Amino acid sequence: MVRKGPFYWVSISCGIMVLVFILLPLVELLTAPSGAMLKETLKDRNVIRSIWLSIYTAMSAAGISFIVGTPLAYVLARSQFRGKHFIESIIDLPIVIPHPVVGIAILSVAGKNHWLGHFMQEIGIRIMGSTTGIITVLTFVGMPFYINALKSGFESISPRLENVSRSLGASMWSTFIRITFPLAWRSVLVGLIMCCARSISEFGAVVVVAYHPMIAPVLIYERYEGYGLQYSQPVAVWLVLVCLSLFLALRVLALPQKKAT
Amino acid sequence: MIDIKGLKVHLGEFRLKDIDLSIDEGEFFVLMGPTGAGKTVLLEAIAGLVPILGGTISISGRDATRLAPEQRGVGIMYQDYALFPHLTVTRNITYGLRYQKRKGTSEKLFRQLVDDLGIGHLLHRYPETLSGGELQRVALARALMVEPRVILLDEPLSALDQNFREEIRLLLKQIHRGSRITFFMVTHDFSEALTLATKAAIMNSGAIVQTGTIRDIFQKPSSSFVANFVGMKNVFPTEFNGSTAVVDTLAIEVSPPHANSTGHIAIRPEDIVISLKPLESSMRNSFSGTVSSIIDLGFLYEVHVHVQSVLFKSLVTKGSAIDLGLDIGMDVQISFKSSAVHIF
Repeated sequence: MVRKGPFYWVSISCGIMVLVFILLPLVELLTAPSGAMLKETLKDRNVIRSIWLSIYTAMSAAGISFIVGTPLAYVLARSQFRGKHFIESIIDLPIVIPHPVVGIAILSVAGKNHWLGHFMQEIGIRIMGSTTGIITVLTFVGMPFYINALKSGFESISPRLENVSRSLGASMWSTFIRITFPLAWRSVLVGLIMCCARSISEFGAVVVVAYHPMIAPVLIYERYEGYGLQYSQPVAVWLVLVCLSLFLALRVLALPQKKAT
Repeated sequence: MIDIKGLKVHLGEFRLKDIDLSIDEGEFFVLMGPTGAGKTVLLEAIAGLVPILGGTISISGRDATRLAPEQRGVGIMYQDYALFPHLTVTRNITYGLRYQKRKGTSEKLFRQLVDDLGIGHLLHRYPETLSGGELQRVALARALMVEPRVILLDEPLSALDQNFREEIRLLLKQIHRGSRITFFMVTHDFSEALTLATKAAIMNSGAIVQTGTIRDIFQKPSSSFVANFVGMKNVFPTEFNGSTAVVDTLAIEVSPPHANSTGHIAIRPEDIVISLKPLESSMRNSFSGTVSSIIDLGFLYEVHVHVQSVLFKSLVTKGSAIDLGLDIGMDVQISFKSSAVHIF
């Protein structure tokens, strides 16, 4: 057997360090609250309501991203035009902007002093302190993840498949529905999960726009501030468990089984 | 059938300029050219898959320049087959059926294509499990299933190994004979063109450099590029003097006499005969030279003979090479007819 050099051992030890760094706090968190406490927490209607709101708003954000982001991702993947990089940078902006700034930015458009905010108030849409506001913020921060994942998915599909489809008589719509979308399905799903995951974890931007109704991260923070670590842990555990099982279920349900050959 | 006039396309690094082509109904037309000449781009332009900057394309007398790809009745088959990976062979083949106006005969056509192409045992499989030759047949069936007026083939044989290549070549020829479909095939292999095509065009860096019957292109190349491309290994710049072409210091008899004072001559390597002594024959050109190298081409040897400073390349069967006892450094005689010298 070949003797492993120092490079090998440095790589291995760094790898172990990274894994411990990620897993240790999570395992600690999950094992800290007792079973009784977890049960007790589940009876708290505020907890249930906040976790449900978190999931519901994050999924709405993913849904909105799916509807408006899919065509954009396709255009970005397929066409070359001047200013494409510029548009891609704009789409990436929400990823790099500090979260509270996102909240403040959205409020400055939704406020009474802005014509758009004024207009929305006229027709009865409220952003500040509302579910609508939370969904708006989550879509803002989550959409880039969906678009980027799907864009690379579309890029990996040969345009020749679409060309052949059209030469066989299919219109662009037909081709997209029968060829492109089914082949990109995996990327769509990955994008949705990324978008959801990013949305559920948002705290900074949401707390600026809507402290109430309370999403789970805000509730966890409130419990921590008001009652201490012990009282925030069970809520956190439930949020993590619910999210993990949801994502797992989504993957299992939506990804087709490997085709029999 | 297909009339292309002044076609201009800019696509990435490819530039097609002033392409003029005319292809008759039912023809087997071959477009040849080296890699990067823009052959596939021209193909896609005919299919309506790339934006066109100028010029017109008409198909069956109808202006198709601005027509959507699905309205042209032009099938395309790519080098990598481009089968839909998420559909079975059957669903690949029948993909285009729902867009066709004529119904009813499709079941019969499907059976016939499956039989003709010998793919009956593959119908329930997915493309990823098929071999190159099988993919090729399925792609062909898919394209033929919608009964296109024109079928565009992008180097259909180049990705196959030698055994399959012969088979598919015969298949293409049969299908072409048995149908009224116009075939337009792109290749960089001249021997494919020879066996399949009725007419051909040669393309180089985005322009058509020669078009005509395959025989004409093969025997009367119009430029040194075409001559080289079609395997005229002996291409020399020349000064003409009546019926004599002067290459370097050699005086070569040509017929008929050439009007221009400068140009090129080309001689196919198989037209140059190598012998040990001067031949008693009607061949007007005979020179003595020295064998400078011998290249093994499988069944043949390519023998390079230096006559003074001019290098001639000749093809010799292995048998006659052994009979002659050819070896490097040997003095030999080369001869060729004046009619074997092509002038352009």
